[in-house]
Amino acid sequence: MVTRDQSNYSARNLWSGFLFGLGLVAFIDETIFHQLLHWHHFYDKSTTDIGLVSDGLFHAFSWLATIGGLFMFADLRRRNGLWLTRWWGGVLTGAGIFQLYDGTIQHKVMGIHQIRYVDNVIVYDIVWNVTALIMIIAGSILLFRTKRKR
Amino acid sequence: MHHHHTHQAAEGILSQIILGVPFLLVMALYCAAVLLSNRRYKPWPLYRTGLFAAGALCAAAAVAGPLAERAHMDFTAHMMGHLLLGMLAPLLMVLAAPVTLILRTLPVTYARRLSRLLKTKPASLLTDPVFASVLNIGGLWLLYTTDLYQMMHQSLILHVVIHLHVFIAGYLFTASMIYIDPTPHRTSYVYRTVVLVIALAGHGILSKYIYANPPAGTPASQAESGSVLMFYGGDLIDAVIITILCYQWYKAARPRTFAVEG
Repeated sequence: MVTRDQSNYSARNLWSGFLFGLGLVAFIDETIFHQLLHWHHFYDKSTTDIGLVSDGLFHAFSWLATIGGLFMFADLRRRNGLWLTRWWGGVLTGAGIFQLYDGTIQHKVMGIHQIRYVDNVIVYDIVWNVTALIMIIAGSILLFRTKRKR
Repeated sequence: MHHHHTHQAAEGILSQIILGVPFLLVMALYCAAVLLSNRRYKPWPLYRTGLFAAGALCAAAAVAGPLAERAHMDFTAHMMGHLLLGMLAPLLMVLAAPVTLILRTLPVTYARRLSRLLKTKPASLLTDPVFASVLNIGGLWLLYTTDLYQMMHQSLILHVVIHLHVFIAGYLFTASMIYIDPTPHRTSYVYRTVVLVIALAGHGILSKYIYANPPAGTPASQAESGSVLMFYGGDLIDAVIITILCYQWYKAARPRTFAVEG
């Protein structure tokens, strides 16, 4: 059952999840692929100027998105407006969109860095971007199914 | 040659005294103000005194002592000093609410004068997020992408002015984002958040720029490790500023519902 409060805060559930999902993927990228596996390079000689700016803006924004998304989550809870299915829809969509942007535009077009410095990097690229697409599709389904239900 | 060397060492000690003593002095003043005002008002929270002392010591450690000496030759040590002086010390000191303490310590007439001064146009400009961000991040871009960084190591005056600037700009930047002290000219949360993200991006981009383009006279290996330290150290302190800003926003946006039951 969807309550009236949940329905009233439908958009806020989506955006809270979206921001948190985007920030979460950026955080996982930073901890696992940069720090733990050392697959990503901090700086790649082929990085374009626009790539540097894009990376900087997204990195800064992802901090705000993670923390701000969680505060929005707390806000929804205190208003009894939390709608977990829709929130997860937002998380998956935000995570997928950022991962797809990172895997195509940032890695390939702007040359920020590759996923891993090996010969058959295309395999990594495919897994990376297909995962992103699956998250976008799954998220969209959840968002669609929670659309204007009362 | 030897003469030149001793001259440099003497200047190094002089700059350490000029920059280090003021921080110890304000720390002593802060403690004196706490003791004085506690006689008239309820006790000043101990954690605020602790925060201020920690901030002042961080700043002092960046400008005097072993870290400051190493910073002359080692860019990574310089960057550690930058994080302490320009980011961590300002954050700790902003959280210690020094203006509130001054206002309750001063005699009423002077306190009123000070609060009038804080309400003036120039004061509002100094604590405007955009102005403070340009002063802070713009100053760093100027320092690391021009010859200024190299010139700083040869001139005592430049060395002192730049280090003071880094601290003051860092303080104004932090105070313009999170409101702990009375702030007459408040800006909206959205405005501050947008400016904060752009300023953080400017800091991160500069870190990576330094990685690829070391400041004149800096070996590539030092520039690389200094750049990584600047990037992740900055991230850590920025996360604290973002969390406090979001928390203040969260509190301000609490639902104001009137009791309808009963």
